[in-house]
Amino acid sequence: MKILVAVKRVVDANVQVRVKADHSGIELANVKMAINPFCEIAIEEAIRLKEAGSASEVIVVSAGDSACQEQLRTALALGADRAIQIVTDEDLQPLAVAKLLNAVAAKEAVGLVIMGKQSIDGDNNQTGQMLAALAGMPQGTFASEVQIEADEILVTREVDGGLQKVALKLPAVITTDLRLNEPRYASLPNIMKAKRKPLDKVTPEELGVDVAPRLSTLEVNSPPARAAGQMVASVTELVEKLKTEAGVLS
Amino acid sequence: MTILVIAEHDNQQLKAATHHAVSAALQLAEKTGTAVNILVAGQACSDVAEQASTIAGIAQVLVADCEALAYQLPENLVPMLAALVKEESVTHLLAPATTQGKNLLPGVAALLDVAQISEITTIVDSHTFIRPVYAGNALATVQSCDSVQVITVRGTAFEAAATEGGDATITALAPITDSGLSRFISEEVSQSDRPELTAARTIISGGRGMQNGDNFSLLEKVADKIGAAVGASRAAVDAGFVANDMQVGQTGKIVAPDLYIAVGISGAIQHLAGMKDSKVIVAINKDEEAPIFGVADYGLYADLFDAVPELDAQLS
Ligand SMILES: Cc1cc2nc3c(=O)[nH]c(=O)nc-3n(C[C@H](O)[C@H](O)[C@H](O)COP(=O)(O)OP(=O)(O)OC[C@H]3O[C@@H](n4cnc5c(N)ncnc54)[C@H](O)[C@@H]3O)c2cc1C
Ligand SMILES: Nc1ncnc2c1ncn2[C@@H]1O[C@H](COP(=O)(O)O)[C@@H](O)[C@H]1O
Repeated sequence: MKILVAVKRVVDANVQVRVKADHSGIELANVKMAINPFCEIAIEEAIRLKEAGSASEVIVVSAGDSACQEQLRTALALGADRAIQIVTDEDLQPLAVAKLLNAVAAKEAVGLVIMGKQSIDGDNNQTGQMLAALAGMPQGTFASEVQIEADEILVTREVDGGLQKVALKLPAVITTDLRLNEPRYASLPNIMKAKRKPLDKVTPEELGVDVAPRLSTLEVNSPPARAAGQMVASVTELVEKLKTEAGVLS
Repeated sequence: MTILVIAEHDNQQLKAATHHAVSAALQLAEKTGTAVNILVAGQACSDVAEQASTIAGIAQVLVADCEALAYQLPENLVPMLAALVKEESVTHLLAPATTQGKNLLPGVAALLDVAQISEITTIVDSHTFIRPVYAGNALATVQSCDSVQVITVRGTAFEAAATEGGDATITALAPITDSGLSRFISEEVSQSDRPELTAARTIISGGRGMQNGDNFSLLEKVADKIGAAVGASRAAVDAGFVANDMQVGQTGKIVAPDLYIAVGISGAIQHLAGMKDSKVIVAINKDEEAPIFGVADYGLYADLFDAVPELDAQLS
């Protein structure tokens, strides 16, 4: 069984982003970029499934400009077998990404797609579910545990009330939650080896997908800042102020 | 033309998240002049339909009650919703931005070949919305050119619609068949007598500083005195101190209570994303430099193992 892992290049989770002065977007010049943390977890899970003998090949795919090759090489260094870059400069929205992934998944006849539950830049939380609907595959979103059994995958999902367990017919789409696994680091020899692994390129046109955005961003603003607070010297003072000044304790 | 809200429920009880989504729908209705309906999809869910029918401002409650919808699995519900949107000429399909809403709406949008708009916090006009991105560090105003708007609603940004005062008609929809693609196996629902995190007026949350799960009883004691819910940072959840459904933050629950007390939480961007719209924030931390103090209205620089028991004593 082949596993397809979708990887997105995003601003590193530790960066405090700033809105551009002209309110057209986020300042991205000279900002540290990384693999979306949920995608790292997706890569790790795919590699573990291969190591456990459940998968024959792990293919990583990213849609974006040439910069995303950096994240694909990292994924190869972590243990993916080959990479596909869907080459585009377009500002991709989840529907477009889902259509691109659907085309690649069909072409490669993959048995499982693993992706992040959410990209930490757009905070969309959409692409996996869209892919599942387009491909007619079942979906296991927000997965904290997966287990392949014959022609099914058992998925434990993190839901608002607790945990839900479902069984999905393969092929299926899984989106990862933070507790699915703890991603490994790439070793230096593996980073060197990754340079020789195949990285193929394909365009949206070749995949027959129209990637034109459906939403336009009119403006981007900073959220209103909170008024400066105060330090209190003791629990007594805290309780007093919560009662009288803030009026949130009776 | 109608606006349709998907009810969040467990076949017995309509969840409060629904009322917040309804209030967003009513705002849209005011702008567009269309009626607002609610869909209750489940099995043996007539109680939920009754509860939905009394919400003020609702025209119709559509009920899809059949075995294939018992657990609202997306493999069954998503195609049904897409078909329903077309049949009912729905212009806006809304659901609360809960794990359930997020599980369903993107697929519906994909089948309709339209964009989905996640976690809106403001409605500018019928096609224009504001939504937080980058863990709430930026607010994007987005406009859609699609014919149908498929939207999840951030509950903290919209007041709950009134649960009483309405008298909607209840209409049954035809049953659907199971896709055969997925099966529900089991559910572990966390039981607690305390208020739900997303509905609580007061929350006390613990982080890595709590050191272990047992120490959360310190927070629980305080919570019980002031009727608070107990939350946690991801570090506390990751370390196994408490259950995953207690996580507050960018990738956990978004809360905005009247009072949020952060105990032993450093205040990482991802945690702030989930609580910085709270009315009053209190931080208790033994690191003077902790970023949480930057958003706190009241900061107490202290060891939590001294401060929390003292707080508990003073609240008696
Ligand atoms: C993709 C991604 C998504 C994430 N999503 C979330 C999310 O949704 N929610 C979330 O919370 N985090 C999230 N995180 C994690 C986040 O980046 C931080 O790692 C996490 O919030 C830290 O939790 P903490 O504050 O409990 O722990 P720490 O940062 O370790 O802070 C512990 C604090 O406790 C204080 N402390 C220790 N002992 C005491 C004591 N005795 N008395 C008083 N104070 C004490 C310390 O001074 C310190 O400030 C996410 C991270 C990533 C990469
Ligand atoms: N440009 C992209 N290339 C590859 N995968 C992507 C891309 N955008 C999103 N994804 C995948 O979709 C997941 C969810 O993203 P989103 O729906 O944007 O929150 C990510 O974690 C990735 O696995």
